[in-house]
Amino acid sequence: MKEKSGAEILVDSLIAQGVEVVFGYPGGAVLPIYDSLFEHPKLRHVLVRHEAGAAHAAEGYARATGKPGVVLVTSGPGATNAVTGIADAFLDSIPLVVITGQVATNLIGSDAFQEADTVGITRHCSKHNYLVKDPADLAPVVAEAFDLATRGRPGPVVIDIPKNVQVASTGEKQKERNRHNPPSKADFADITQAIELLSKAKAPILYTGGGIINSGPAASEALRELAELTGAPVTSTLMGLGAFPASGDKWLGMLGMHGTYEANMAMNQCDVMLCLGARFDDRVTGRLDAFSPNSTKIHVDIDRSSINKTIHVDLGIIADVGTAMKQMIDIWKSRKTKSADLSEWWSRIKGWRAVECLNYPENKDSIMPQLAIERLYELTKDKKPIITTEVGQHQMWAAQHFHFDEPNKWLTSGGLGTMGYGMPAAIGAQMGNPDALVIDIAGEASIQMNIQEMGTATQYRLPVKIFILNNEWMGMVRQWQELTYEGRYSSSYSDSLPDFVALAESYGWKGIRIEKPGDLDAGIEEMLAYDGPVMVDCRVTKDANCFPMIPSGASHTEMILHSDEVSGTMDDEAKALV
Amino acid sequence: MQIKQEKSERHVLTLMVDNEAGTLARVAGMFTSRGYNIDSLTVADINEDHSTSRITIVTNGPPPVIDQIIAQCERLVPVHKVTDLTDAGPHVERELALVKVAGKGDNRIEAIRLADIYRARVIDATTGSFVFEITGSPAKIDTFVALMREVGLVEVARTGVAGLMRGSDQS
Repeated sequence: MKEKSGAEILVDSLIAQGVEVVFGYPGGAVLPIYDSLFEHPKLRHVLVRHEAGAAHAAEGYARATGKPGVVLVTSGPGATNAVTGIADAFLDSIPLVVITGQVATNLIGSDAFQEADTVGITRHCSKHNYLVKDPADLAPVVAEAFDLATRGRPGPVVIDIPKNVQVASTGEKQKERNRHNPPSKADFADITQAIELLSKAKAPILYTGGGIINSGPAASEALRELAELTGAPVTSTLMGLGAFPASGDKWLGMLGMHGTYEANMAMNQCDVMLCLGARFDDRVTGRLDAFSPNSTKIHVDIDRSSINKTIHVDLGIIADVGTAMKQMIDIWKSRKTKSADLSEWWSRIKGWRAVECLNYPENKDSIMPQLAIERLYELTKDKKPIITTEVGQHQMWAAQHFHFDEPNKWLTSGGLGTMGYGMPAAIGAQMGNPDALVIDIAGEASIQMNIQEMGTATQYRLPVKIFILNNEWMGMVRQWQELTYEGRYSSSYSDSLPDFVALAESYGWKGIRIEKPGDLDAGIEEMLAYDGPVMVDCRVTKDANCFPMIPSGASHTEMILHSDEVSGTMDDEAKALV
Repeated sequence: MQIKQEKSERHVLTLMVDNEAGTLARVAGMFTSRGYNIDSLTVADINEDHSTSRITIVTNGPPPVIDQIIAQCERLVPVHKVTDLTDAGPHVERELALVKVAGKGDNRIEAIRLADIYRARVIDATTGSFVFEITGSPAKIDTFVALMREVGLVEVARTGVAGLMRGSDQS
């Protein structure tokens, strides 16, 4: 075998894995790898402006394409800057392979320049990580890393490569290891038991999550068929939006803290709950002891540790959710199973829907943020846009008022709740889908957390649209202070905001400001008509709050529907919950 | 506001893991990062080719937490197998302790007499001290150490529990 340097082996291994795009930022400890990339123009490198941007861009790329996102950063600050994105991908189960440079092996532990204990720092926020000390290990490590990142419950895998390992040459290659054997098919007896429970249910519900998106497009198809066969209503977590079409008649909307009244009431009142690829997160369950008290719960998850983690379930099925649904469909059909009469259940749901919980007060003088999202949806839905978000009120309004009919169109930071996710994620999504309309629905506070990535979009001519709902507040913080701390707005005002239009122009973008409800449609049309990146500064009502809302420590039945139901105080138990 | 405490059970877990850098940190760190308890932990490589280690962890928590601990251990890539000896049935647990006692006269005589009863061996002796080696269940060692406290205990080193299933099967 011909001798190759560690850097060459790495780049060849990435190409062998089918990698097309790498998001990264060079630095001292990865110079040999960057030199190898120079020789391989087939592997496109996207130069970000901050390593956090690289990790989020890779997440956006992964979420929108279904392929793993690849990140390349240098040692020390390069790696630590990427940590938020790694932790984000870990909580949202996004497949990433993150390659970090490290100081030479003989310098490790000596507090060398730009040295950080990357494997130590990322150990508990990655699915797995490696410190590669021998170039002969590189090829098998890369192969195992991609397998770990993409199969089973996806997640980020970090490969830390000391600089001397990148430079050293070898003709040897260690044997490939396979320590990864994720579950795929469900146990036959479990599936039949699940069908038995579902077919007898008088008030069933399908509670779906991001696992369906991760399982692939076939899982979303299977979900549609399963809902049709069982006749059960469907709700979804924030991460699962798009797996089931929002235009379908069985769709209840999102559930949880800012979910719809009908979804949360149905979760509370159901008799059989089939949880598909979701994990009973605290944002979904509300108060644990009051969560869906009378239901038999079935939980399908690929990760055994998700089952019985927070909510005890009656039947846990460890399997790939798409495969398990397909098994259910096959058995349901072959046994000619019939559902129980669900007409009473549906009439109760109709009653909850009649509450019209997403209604909001009209405002003639200023733009209600909900209206802005509604118009954005109406004017873009035919283009099937990919929507990314930052974190906060705008994110929840987008989840409530933008509707998705397909998977991989909704990219948001759910688990970690990372402000600054949206713009780099949009850049990554656009890299993977050059012809798609990609819009980041942002807030004026979040957008500033990774605002530097505007330069990346300019450099690679990525026509991303940033739609800022600008209310001059960290809106969700202000909302909680209003609800919990009697309106003592401690540090939640976004003072000294930039002129977003001038900022856009300085980066070579188009900048648009929308100030009046009457100008909304024209402003959105102008954004869509421009063939390049656009930043829209949409000035919205400053004091609007996001409802419905289940306050922390409350149950699904204690939703606040309007701001006039808010008392402004909370006991310590509730205050202690995030 | 009060922070609630739940009733705990003691469980002995054994993990078969890859013997490579970072595995122990991964396992031990997972316990810390998720707020689980480690009462004792032992680790040593057990294969002829040094490829595999056995980790024995004594932990405690309410039953759902123990179940989570096992599931979280199984998620770690270098962990191949997790066995809950406490749940799996009849098993043996042993721990070794070195116990240093210093004293003269009656205390010294009492120490050696108790050591004999507890089948502790003398592995070092001076005119003013003994080091005893004692093997047994953690409870037996606890009792022995408590007795030694009264006759001049200086210090104790304990290995933590090592355990295996009874019978012919591998755990």
